[in-house]
Amino acid sequence: MSDSPHISEATVNAAVEAALEAIVSAADSSALKQVRTEHTGESSPLAKLNGTLRAVAPDQKAALGKLVGQARGRVNAAFAAREQEILDAENAAQLEAEAVDVTALPSRYRAGARHPLTLLQDRVCDVFTGMGWEIAEGPEVESEWFNFDALNFDADHPARAMQDTFFVDPPESHLVLRTHTSPVQVRSMLDRELPVYVLAPGRVYRTDEFDATHLPVFMQFEGLAVDKGLTMAHLKGTLDHFVKSIFGDEAKIRLRPSYFPFTEPSAELDFWHPTFKHGPRWIEWGGCGMVNPNVLRAAGIDPEVYSGFAFGMGIERGLMLRNDVQDMREMVEGDVRFSQQFGMVV
Amino acid sequence: MRVPLSWLAEYVDLAPGTTTENVHAALVSVGLEEEDVHTFDVTGPVVVGEVLEFVEEPQKNGKTIRWCQVRVAPDGETAADGGPSVHGIVCGADNFYVGDKVVVTLPGAVLPGPFPIAARKTYGHVSDGMIASTRELGLGDEHDGILRLSTLGVDAEVGTDAIALLGLDDAAVEINVTPDRGYAFSIRGVAREYSHATGAAFRDPATRPELDTPIGDGFPVAFDDRDPIRGQQGVRLFSTRIVRGVDASRPTPPWMVSRLKLAGIRSISLLVDITNYVMLELGQPMHGYDLDKLTGGIVVRRAVPTETIETLDGQTRTLDREDLLITDGSGAIGIGGVMGGALTEMSETTTNVLIEAANFDPVSIARTARRHKLPSEASRRFERGVDPVIATAATARVAELLVSLAGGTADAVAGLVGDPATPEPIELPTGYVSTLIGVDYTDDEIRNSLQEIGASTADADGGLLVTPPTWRPDITDKSDLAEEVARIVGYDRIPSVLPVAPAGRGLTREQRIRRTVADSLAAAGSTEIVAFPFLPAAANDLYGSPVDGPVAAVKVANALDASAPFLRTTLLPGLIEAARRNLSRGLVDLSLFEIGLVFTPEAGVAYGSAELPSGVERPSAEQLAVLNAGIPPQPRHAAVLFLGNTIAKQPGQPVVASGIADALDAVKRIAWATGAEIDVVQGSHKALHPGRTAELRIGGTVIGYAGELLPTVAAEADLPRVVAVAELDLDALIAATAAELQARPIRALPAATQDLSIVVPRTTPAAAVLTAVREGAGDLLEDIRLVDDYRGQGIDAEAKSLTFALRFRADDRTLTAAEASDAKLAGYALAAERFGAVIRD
Repeated sequence: MSDSPHISEATVNAAVEAALEAIVSAADSSALKQVRTEHTGESSPLAKLNGTLRAVAPDQKAALGKLVGQARGRVNAAFAAREQEILDAENAAQLEAEAVDVTALPSRYRAGARHPLTLLQDRVCDVFTGMGWEIAEGPEVESEWFNFDALNFDADHPARAMQDTFFVDPPESHLVLRTHTSPVQVRSMLDRELPVYVLAPGRVYRTDEFDATHLPVFMQFEGLAVDKGLTMAHLKGTLDHFVKSIFGDEAKIRLRPSYFPFTEPSAELDFWHPTFKHGPRWIEWGGCGMVNPNVLRAAGIDPEVYSGFAFGMGIERGLMLRNDVQDMREMVEGDVRFSQQFGMVV
Repeated sequence: MRVPLSWLAEYVDLAPGTTTENVHAALVSVGLEEEDVHTFDVTGPVVVGEVLEFVEEPQKNGKTIRWCQVRVAPDGETAADGGPSVHGIVCGADNFYVGDKVVVTLPGAVLPGPFPIAARKTYGHVSDGMIASTRELGLGDEHDGILRLSTLGVDAEVGTDAIALLGLDDAAVEINVTPDRGYAFSIRGVAREYSHATGAAFRDPATRPELDTPIGDGFPVAFDDRDPIRGQQGVRLFSTRIVRGVDASRPTPPWMVSRLKLAGIRSISLLVDITNYVMLELGQPMHGYDLDKLTGGIVVRRAVPTETIETLDGQTRTLDREDLLITDGSGAIGIGGVMGGALTEMSETTTNVLIEAANFDPVSIARTARRHKLPSEASRRFERGVDPVIATAATARVAELLVSLAGGTADAVAGLVGDPATPEPIELPTGYVSTLIGVDYTDDEIRNSLQEIGASTADADGGLLVTPPTWRPDITDKSDLAEEVARIVGYDRIPSVLPVAPAGRGLTREQRIRRTVADSLAAAGSTEIVAFPFLPAAANDLYGSPVDGPVAAVKVANALDASAPFLRTTLLPGLIEAARRNLSRGLVDLSLFEIGLVFTPEAGVAYGSAELPSGVERPSAEQLAVLNAGIPPQPRHAAVLFLGNTIAKQPGQPVVASGIADALDAVKRIAWATGAEIDVVQGSHKALHPGRTAELRIGGTVIGYAGELLPTVAAEADLPRVVAVAELDLDALIAATAAELQARPIRALPAATQDLSIVVPRTTPAAAVLTAVREGAGDLLEDIRLVDDYRGQGIDAEAKSLTFALRFRADDRTLTAAEASDAKLAGYALAAERFGAVIRD
């Protein structure tokens, strides 16, 4: 260390000034790293001045030591400050560089959809489970006994011929594609403990034309309640509640006399809503009535003790009325645009 | 049933100005549903004219027209169109003479079509109106010439309004008659119902005193039913009346023609029109025989096999032993209650008529009408039940019209064989109606309602004894009486009361899981469809089984589309059809799914039951077991289809094409939604790509397949080369899942992660290697994932390098690297033992 610098306030200050100047002019973190090596490393002027302290006279040691210590403190503080400044600037630059057009980002998922018919069916089921009813299901290829005989359709009664039935080959098998979900009602009465409050949703089949308002295969839901003391007023109350649940509180219902073999008295269900496409009016939506005593007897239930009511509506028609679907064929063509306009909600 | 208002008004009071809408509204309120309105659509001025003179003018086109001068108003008066009293009219017909009264449609009139009439230049004249034919007026089919009023037996002053004269101002309401209301197939029945709805006075056309006829020795009739159906005699009652000396050539009066026309029945001849008219009026089907063509007396009996008859429609029909016949000495002369025979039918030369009004067993008639596909006006009424006490009144009504319109003379007495079945009285306990309907009816309301519908009531112990009216054979039970009371008082009286069901348990586990499956697939980007389940045999054979050979399927006996008579055994054809439809509409990136029943009978099993239990009581447990055993299996399947791109080309995002991976992903999603674990193994299916088919198993049982369609199959279906599909038995999957999951504790100590690369033959399934590593690594292994499948440089041509990422964790300590490595090597060791795997550095 023959060329050891002379330690004095002037030389220390000069080293500090040089270091501070270098720190300020460092533009990025790599330049700052270089500056750090040059001005605080082992061969930096300050380090060298610090090294000369060993040779300083004892009476000056404390003062000069303090001078150098303060100098190193100032330089280190400047480094830290500058380091933070550069880091902030670099972070900001990186964030700016990472900016994207949020309106042009790729989508890795596509939109799927439930079918509105099955969604509406789920909603209908929820209304009834909410009232404590249970959901019953059964086969679509069904024995004529469950589809007709147990429901008071005499083999020779015109009502049986009017059902537009698909028969399974050979006809002697007495199997049909169920014409309604009523056979599920019969199965419920046979299998369940009384009282019974069930809703039977599902696909049914009729040899109908395939056009804008008819499908040979469609979805129905039928309700059945068998209990002591049930009246036609309970039927009306249930339908009232149901229609308001699905269509809103403004919806109203009306019963009209009609005929079905499995109910007596029987009624057509009309309902009214202020927002129907062609103005508020009554629209027919299904059949209902008090369970015919013969049907109760076929299930082994004593009609002198129990009474019941039943009703049935088509989901497709419900969807047409509720969501203004114009053509039923759209529901079964499988065009994805039909389901996708509903998404996951109906 | 179509009901002309003028006819209805004869038997029930219609308030002045009553419209078809009013009548419909009234009838709907008592249960007769609105169907349609029928009118003649003729509006004036349409008047009676007299042909004063005409000149025949041959035309270049070969036709000869008549240039006519027609008086359309009395001399010196203005015509109904405001024009002169004599109009010049061009007429193409040549069936009229000077002096004939005709119907003239003047300018401003509109005929059905609509066909507006105006003065127009034709054949060198201005034709100021038109002389009308019956077809132009909508009254009939006659168009060979114009209508001469004299042929209708009508004469009226020139200028008379012909619309009113011919009944063209009448209108009919059409109602839908439910199968229990046979009596509503008559003006009589509808008039009574209208009276129920409005309170208007009803006059029963069947009880007019003029129709009272003494019963005497009429035409000889005998019943000989040796094979009653279901214990019921086929014929119950046979009423006859003879009218002699009728003039069959007389015209049917216009009021009858127009009413029949509005009711939907074409005018044929006066004699036939009268029988049809009375059938519509009273609901009693009528038949008229030419008395002189009958041989001996009439016998009503069942047909003998191979017996034939030529019916009125000109068809020769081979009869069944259940068919009920009207016969005379010559053989069959009519199918009872369905259609008369040609041999003895009334014609223009008939002078003596035998009128028949019979009452037949509804079941016998229904079967015969169905057997011969001959739903006639008569059979439709008999099937639903005809009032058994009006037969003689009906023959009397026909006789009355034959006398007044055809100039005949009726025999003084009517013939009558058989007894009318009288309705059984029904006990109606006090309180029953109110309890069933939920309305507190007064005793008077109940009694009055029942009397109003024609029932008779008598006080009985504990209630009423109610005898239904003869025209209501549908009323057999006290619940029927309850409906009548509710209906007559009005359904609007019924209050709305929500019943309280016992506490329910919500959806079943299966129902909940199925919903989750559907929601999961939709959330993952698939779109649900609902397809028809009808398929051709070839579709089931191709997609319904992995191996060659026919697939057993349920066949529909009366399929709408004869080319697709089978029920689906698989959901794939429905998805493929939907995919094709979407493609044709320009939607090319598709992910579709369906959840629904398929129908999978076992080959060689005869399903169903030849005999059904009766519907009058609960079948025995054995009978129910037989019925249920006869129902073919109908499992619920879930299926998906992918084609095109799964991820579309987007900024910074390369396209990701759909393939088998998407199908398997969907399968995993379904499994995840159900909580089941599905084993995926390399498989084969004849409709699928041999190298890209996965068999889906649960606990060793195959529950479905996933893969890409064989390119030839895809091409055959007009789909692109790559179509990925999967289908599985959802019921089986749900059944295999644990009802309740047993939770494992979540361990929080640090994990150790390591990779393992091992080289195995290319034919070794990665899943099998993964399973071996997992088993070998033991309990410390928390998770294992295949992260790479490398083939190529540095690896044997027949081999592949599989890299797994493993995560280890102990539940009681922090694992050391050495412990994790030991576990990894133990996993490798088992893979080496099973597959000859070699670790790769």
